[in-house]
Amino acid sequence: MKLHKLKAHELKSMIKNKEIKVEEVSKEFLNRIHKTDEKIGAYLYKAEEEAINCAKTLDEKIAKGEILEGLGGVPVAIKDNISVKGMQNTCASKILQGYTSPYDATVIKKIRGNNGIILGKLNMDEFAMGSSNENSAFKKVVNPWNKDYVPGGSSGASAAAVAAFETPLSLGTETGGSVRQPASFCSVVGLKPTYGRISRYGVVAFGSTLDQVGTIGRDVEDCALLTQNIAGIDNKDFTTVNIPVQDYTKSLTKDLKGRKIGIPVEYFGEGLDDGVRKTIDEAIKVLRDSGAEVKECSLPLSEYALATYYIISSAEASSNLARFDGIKFGHRSKEAKDAIDIYFKSRSEGFGREVKRRIMLGTYVLSAGYYDAYYNVKRQIIAN
Amino acid sequence: MSVSKKDVEYVSELSRLSFSEEEKENLIGDLNSVLGYVEKLNELDTDDVEIIVNPYYIENKFREDEIEPSMELSSLLSNAPDKLEEYVVVPKIIE
Repeated sequence: MKLHKLKAHELKSMIKNKEIKVEEVSKEFLNRIHKTDEKIGAYLYKAEEEAINCAKTLDEKIAKGEILEGLGGVPVAIKDNISVKGMQNTCASKILQGYTSPYDATVIKKIRGNNGIILGKLNMDEFAMGSSNENSAFKKVVNPWNKDYVPGGSSGASAAAVAAFETPLSLGTETGGSVRQPASFCSVVGLKPTYGRISRYGVVAFGSTLDQVGTIGRDVEDCALLTQNIAGIDNKDFTTVNIPVQDYTKSLTKDLKGRKIGIPVEYFGEGLDDGVRKTIDEAIKVLRDSGAEVKECSLPLSEYALATYYIISSAEASSNLARFDGIKFGHRSKEAKDAIDIYFKSRSEGFGREVKRRIMLGTYVLSAGYYDAYYNVKRQIIAN
Repeated sequence: MSVSKKDVEYVSELSRLSFSEEEKENLIGDLNSVLGYVEKLNELDTDDVEIIVNPYYIENKFREDEIEPSMELSSLLSNAPDKLEEYVVVPKIIE
């Protein structure tokens, strides 16, 4: 069995049993990245030196008799919109080319504190806007199962890197499907935890009332492991909730007696692929066989979700992306003739087409006369 | 509500983005098609619905005012496109 084909929880227990060293595991994945990533296009930055140094430190801890709790020395790859101190954070945009994060996001602090290794930074749709990864300003990501197919997005590389065995675990971000959809396209497990479960401090904001960090792994246990090691209240993100973080890996039992699971009829309408329908039906059978009560239910407002998402996320993005102005960090145009012109030229040169389109849409719906007609009404629909 | 060229020019000014004539024409089409799609939301009656911004009710969360060291100045300034000693340099603003 090749080391890189093992799942995170398997690697963790092998390290614990001293069958392999943390450094060997990190090296294995770095080698794998060297061999395959030219074809996949998942990594925008490989943190070779940092990863090996970190692995050596953890191996020293083990040599002193310490048991590595938490992530136990397993590597994690990070979407390039989550700040890792000393590494780039481009959001796959030209406007942030050359920028180096001066601090760690809370989730990164937690990964380090819980004995995880940062392998590198992953490609994405520019500023997480897109669902195919074709909006990256740097290079495209292909689906490891079929190079003619997209990996999904915006966390397309987070899913592709896990599917291609270039990392056992990865972090993505989701505003409207950006973790779950690419995980589905690449046939890996993607979890988008409830808003408020994970801190977004240090994550580049897109739609702040929707953004959430998500985890991707090759099975549910791996997602549970990574999630429990990054979740929890954070006084640097006031939307995080004060609810204790459980050991999610321990809640993965096969006994679902007494659990009720709703299947929304609206999700099984027009356009659903037969293969997808069959797979979901099989999953429902597993849930039933495990003792769960599976019932049809209705979420009648589902058909309005996409329209609502477009209004809210674009409006919030237009405000969040105002900080990219070419003054204190990021791209500054060399053609600008005065201070205000720095804003216009830097932003027009630095942002890609889709990002500009969404800023325009968002600014339009927030502009005088349209704020109540659009943004506020959409917030009411979420309330419903 | 249909988006005109005048609207695109006004909004691009607010957004601090500049566009070529061709891009402006494309944006008129793009914005009208998205706004046409979201018009279906008008079918819904939201008059009696309260606005929510967070699924949990969180209001006025306070924390202790603790003094912490600031981020290292050099790591912040190294990201500045133009700098002089401890300052970020920009063109003269006041005439």
